[in-house]
Amino acid sequence: MFTVFEKFADLVAYSLFGLQAETRLGESVHFFFYDTTKIIFLLSVMIFFISIIRSYFPPEKTKKLLSNYRKITGHIMASLLGVVTPFCSCSSVPIFIGFVESGIPLGITFSFLITSPIVNEVALVMLYTIFGWKIGTLYLASGILVGIVGGIVIEALGMEKQVEEYVYQISAGESEVEELEWNDRINFAKAEVKEIVSRVWKYVIIGIGIGAAIHGYAPAELLAEYAGPNNPLSVIAAVIVGIPLYANAVGTIPIVEALMGKGVALGTALSFMMATTALSLPAVVILRKVIKPKLITVFVTVVGVSIIGVGYMFNFIM
Amino acid sequence: MEITIYGPGCKNCVNLADNAKKAVEEIGVEAEIVKIEDMKEIAMAGIMSTPAIGIDGEVKIKGRVASVDEIKELLA
Repeated sequence: MFTVFEKFADLVAYSLFGLQAETRLGESVHFFFYDTTKIIFLLSVMIFFISIIRSYFPPEKTKKLLSNYRKITGHIMASLLGVVTPFCSCSSVPIFIGFVESGIPLGITFSFLITSPIVNEVALVMLYTIFGWKIGTLYLASGILVGIVGGIVIEALGMEKQVEEYVYQISAGESEVEELEWNDRINFAKAEVKEIVSRVWKYVIIGIGIGAAIHGYAPAELLAEYAGPNNPLSVIAAVIVGIPLYANAVGTIPIVEALMGKGVALGTALSFMMATTALSLPAVVILRKVIKPKLITVFVTVVGVSIIGVGYMFNFIM
Repeated sequence: MEITIYGPGCKNCVNLADNAKKAVEEIGVEAEIVKIEDMKEIAMAGIMSTPAIGIDGEVKIKGRVASVDEIKELLA
């Protein structure tokens, strides 16, 4: 399926640049052109179809659905809906206010807010195509699990006082959800492709650039020794390094792919990816508008610890 | 007529405001474009996904950047 991109990369790296296939530079350049063309093509196709599915789940609908569930079912539903409901990090505050104001418990709101960025469906589709269905499904399941567990812990801690007071005083108005026709959904999907690709292509290129450098130059023995399955601390280190970093999941996948080619353990690589997407400085700054520092700390700790757990689970079973 | 752009000031909100401006210019109506960037006010308008556009206080399209043509239709 990807031979077109392979041939294109051959052409650029070996014919146009005149590089040798067996050299480090040749290998890196080839990997770079192969991966950028392949990933940007796949992304465009996948975002289109995913956006059609997403158009059926606006946040307003999710809110209505969720207000029917309590306790564990609520956490499970919130986490599952987090997978399909579209929202960008700049919408997390209105979503948070909308959920809490309509009486959805805080922990269930968090189950949604945690899973949503981790299981970015675009990243998920890329995981499926690059690493296969087994790893893709495991990532999906563990992302949902992190959301459920994180939300339950936050609920159990009774953090309602740690929400900024004004949130409870707001009475959010109801606004109509527009009825979409097929035509509207297709236009929405097209616009999403344009918007997302124009936003993430930089991350893809930077990610693949770093991946390509790792591919050609990183010392495999060293990485396998320090970040391989035999170093028990590697998962913790990967998560701590990943937390403050903000990266698009799409951009980190090529890095993860290259690192794994060099012997880095799967769990270590994936928990790094989860940490960069689920927790980041910009996301925390936005959330600070609605929740107090104590709950921020709890949120980061709970999610961080859950991701570390997932990393160990992956390293253990793969 | 008053056009309201709801959004915390991210890139999409700027694009939406630009589209609204173009739409107003193209059909030549008297309209004022107001930006609402405060999260509280956005939430109070019942909006959960930004950017959104409202005409005379009524939210019309949310969660995506409405095109110039769509806005023209709203204004007509």
